[in-house]
Amino acid sequence: MDKYLFIPLLPLIGFCINICFGKFFQDKAHWVSILAVLGSFIISVITFIEVAQGKIINYDVYSWVVSGDFKVSIGFLIDQLTAVMLIVVTSVSLLVHIYSVGYMHGDTGYYRFFSYLNLFTFSMLMLVTGNNLLQLYFGWEAVGLCSYFLIGYYFKKQSAADAGIKAFIVNRFGDFGFGIGVFLVFMTLGTLHYTDIFANLDKIQNQTINILGLEVGMVTLIALLLFCGAIGKSAQIPLHVWLADAMEGPTPVSALIHAATMVTAGVFLVARFNPLFNMSETAMMVVALTGAITSLFAATIALVQNDIKRIIAYSTVSQLGYMFLACGVGAYGAGIFHLFTHAYFKALLFLGAGSVMHAMAGQLDIQKMGGLKKYMPITFWTFLIASVSIAGIPGLAGFFSKDEILWLAYNAGTIGKIVWIIGTIVAALTAFYSFRIVFLTFFGKFRGTHEEEHHLHESPGSMTFPLMILAVGAISAGWVGIPPLLGGGNWIGHFLEPVLGHPHVHATHAEEWMVIGISVAVAVGGIFTAAVLYLWAPGLPLFIGRQFKAAYTILWNKYYIDELYDYTIIRPTNWISSRILVNVTDAKIIEGIVNGVPKLIAEFGARLRKLQTGFLQHYAMGMAFGFFIIVSLVFILVQI
Amino acid sequence: MVPLEWYIALSTVIFVIGVIGFLVRRNIIIMLISVELMLNAVNLSLIAFSHYLQDLKGQILVIFVITVAAAEAAIGLAILVSLFRNKAVVHTDKITEMKG
Amino acid sequence: MLPQLFFGYFAIVTIVLSIVIITRKNPVHSVLWMLVLFFHIAAIYLFLNAEFIAAVQIILYAGAILVLFLFVIMMLNLKEELSSERFIGEWPIGIALGLSMLLFIFFAIVKLVPGPLGKYTIELVQKETHTKAIGKVLYTEYILPFEVASLILLIAIVGAIVLAKKRT
Repeated sequence: MDKYLFIPLLPLIGFCINICFGKFFQDKAHWVSILAVLGSFIISVITFIEVAQGKIINYDVYSWVVSGDFKVSIGFLIDQLTAVMLIVVTSVSLLVHIYSVGYMHGDTGYYRFFSYLNLFTFSMLMLVTGNNLLQLYFGWEAVGLCSYFLIGYYFKKQSAADAGIKAFIVNRFGDFGFGIGVFLVFMTLGTLHYTDIFANLDKIQNQTINILGLEVGMVTLIALLLFCGAIGKSAQIPLHVWLADAMEGPTPVSALIHAATMVTAGVFLVARFNPLFNMSETAMMVVALTGAITSLFAATIALVQNDIKRIIAYSTVSQLGYMFLACGVGAYGAGIFHLFTHAYFKALLFLGAGSVMHAMAGQLDIQKMGGLKKYMPITFWTFLIASVSIAGIPGLAGFFSKDEILWLAYNAGTIGKIVWIIGTIVAALTAFYSFRIVFLTFFGKFRGTHEEEHHLHESPGSMTFPLMILAVGAISAGWVGIPPLLGGGNWIGHFLEPVLGHPHVHATHAEEWMVIGISVAVAVGGIFTAAVLYLWAPGLPLFIGRQFKAAYTILWNKYYIDELYDYTIIRPTNWISSRILVNVTDAKIIEGIVNGVPKLIAEFGARLRKLQTGFLQHYAMGMAFGFFIIVSLVFILVQI
Repeated sequence: MVPLEWYIALSTVIFVIGVIGFLVRRNIIIMLISVELMLNAVNLSLIAFSHYLQDLKGQILVIFVITVAAAEAAIGLAILVSLFRNKAVVHTDKITEMKG
Repeated sequence: MLPQLFFGYFAIVTIVLSIVIITRKNPVHSVLWMLVLFFHIAAIYLFLNAEFIAAVQIILYAGAILVLFLFVIMMLNLKEELSSERFIGEWPIGIALGLSMLLFIFFAIVKLVPGPLGKYTIELVQKETHTKAIGKVLYTEYILPFEVASLILLIAIVGAIVLAKKRT
């Protein structure tokens, strides 16, 4: 039993223990889960050190189906990419577990929450350590399932239950494309193991498939279908609608799943399949443009929302757009680097928001908060650090990863320049809305009720401790990727190079300085504008809102996408189900057959039964008649 | 000499009369008597063949047939007696419990 | 000429008697006519040089089986028989089936081809008496069926007693 097996196994054991016996542990249920994830984290760190020294682990743990060429197995591929993901997943999961001890204190389903968190950690670890597409698909579906469980954790609340179902169904749309992509991979390459797939890719380079008369390149098709799954899981346009509603779940869930780990599974997928994507220019263009447009789209929506968690959720969608933008221009390493830093500062933002909610007894509207910095200093400082990091101020984590993406996008041809411009605009918007939250929540006068004011207090140690650890991460996580221009060695870029490659850099140093300068300038500009609007001239936002009322309404209603889906997809489906499928197919056809066949047999039997009259002579006549038949047959056939 | 075919024809006629008797009478006693009639017809045919084929096998078989007929008559009548005890009539149209 | 005449008499009487047997209302009458029938059949057996069988026929059939029938009929005391329906409703079908059977077997008889002749010629049987001849064959070649027949009779005894005894 290798130690690598324990990385996903410990959380699974924690889940099993908690789900069966958690009722008896009651308040102590968190010990099992925290110890399990702590174990996973320690082994992940050891594994990371081993991989950093050059060891790659690739082996099958258990072969489930071996039939001819087809092999389905549970296996581990731990290379540099997986090692980075392992660190991200286990560290953020551990901190969220510790945070939940304080946040979920007193909740009736305490043990259930921790068991689901453990199950999620197990699924995510299976996803990233898998060495074949089927295990990734299993992990993919399992994290979706856990997301459903956790979003709908407060299942008695209608909106929470609805949000859970929405997340699952929207994900299903993406997973449908993903599934077809997996089938196509198997059909063309005959194998699902990564190493075999990548070794045989050049064989199908020019293969095309005829769909409805159009010749579509097989590689492009597979890449786009796999990206479908990523769109669903990572909440890109058009399947982004579930992430905002997923904020119905408890805040630790939002931090873990919808910021740091599950939604990044899509980025992980694209990065893992970079040889495939590199072969198809169309697919890469689609990925880059989708990422860029999504980031712009989500950032604009975040400008006007008032629910603190929703703003951070749209911010997540926007940052995920950045990661896909990076992958789309070939800078997979930069995308993963941004995933790494984003995990820390986004989790910190969510947990900080949770701390604020905890103090405000569940209040979410930032318009009703204000001046909290004197009541909750630790939360304030950590939240501020996270916001500065996400805005891209030099020195902190967000700056290095975001800048790497923008620089490499600039280098990537015409599409690259376009997405670079979009990315820079989004950087400005990001800085603006992040500091909008900071200023409205922590500065100024308190705008809530008097009772809320009396309740304001700093959160307990179990909640502030993870905040502080994450703050350290939000500052320093970027220091592994300091670019050569600024004196560093871009350690993470080189570390991931064997797996993700390194894009070509044509432009000059002067242009690099220009890019950095522009992004810092827009970040500072964003912060300044936020300060103007929310700190120094509080009446201004209302005035602007009234001037641009139409634009404000569209943004506030999230571009009416939910309503669009409701009319075009949900209502017709409901109509078809209730009118056609229930009435005609179910009641008439299927029940007709299911009831009709026995009825037919019963009628036939009833007719046949009349032969048995119970009358002795009738039976004897039957025998004589039989004699008659047989003898006449003999006479006819033998022709006497 | 009486040809063999005449004996066989006679046996057949008696047999058919026995069959008809079995099929058309309501009284169970008469049905049992028809069965005896059929057995006698068969015995006749067996003895005829044994005589004309100059073999004794037929006659041995006749002895056994008579034996079995006796046993069967005894048991049939015993069943009839129990039936009469239960139903007080011996008509076949009253014993239709196996109907359906 | 004479054998055919005698045979004709016996044949016609046998047939008439059988028809009479199956059409009587009173079962006792049927049984009594059966007695006459058995005597005639025994006579036909005598024609065929089977004296032993003829004797056995009279002793067993007329003497035992018929008496058994009579006992049972009289025990049952069936008075209402005399006034009720004789034939069942579907009697034409029965007669039609019987007649078709007759037709079929007549067709077969016409094409009859007897097999090879055995060794028990009439002279041989008459030299040692018929009884002895049958005895010789029965107790040597057919001893097993003989024993089985005795078992059948045992079953008949036991069965008859079990089925017909009064349940007290």
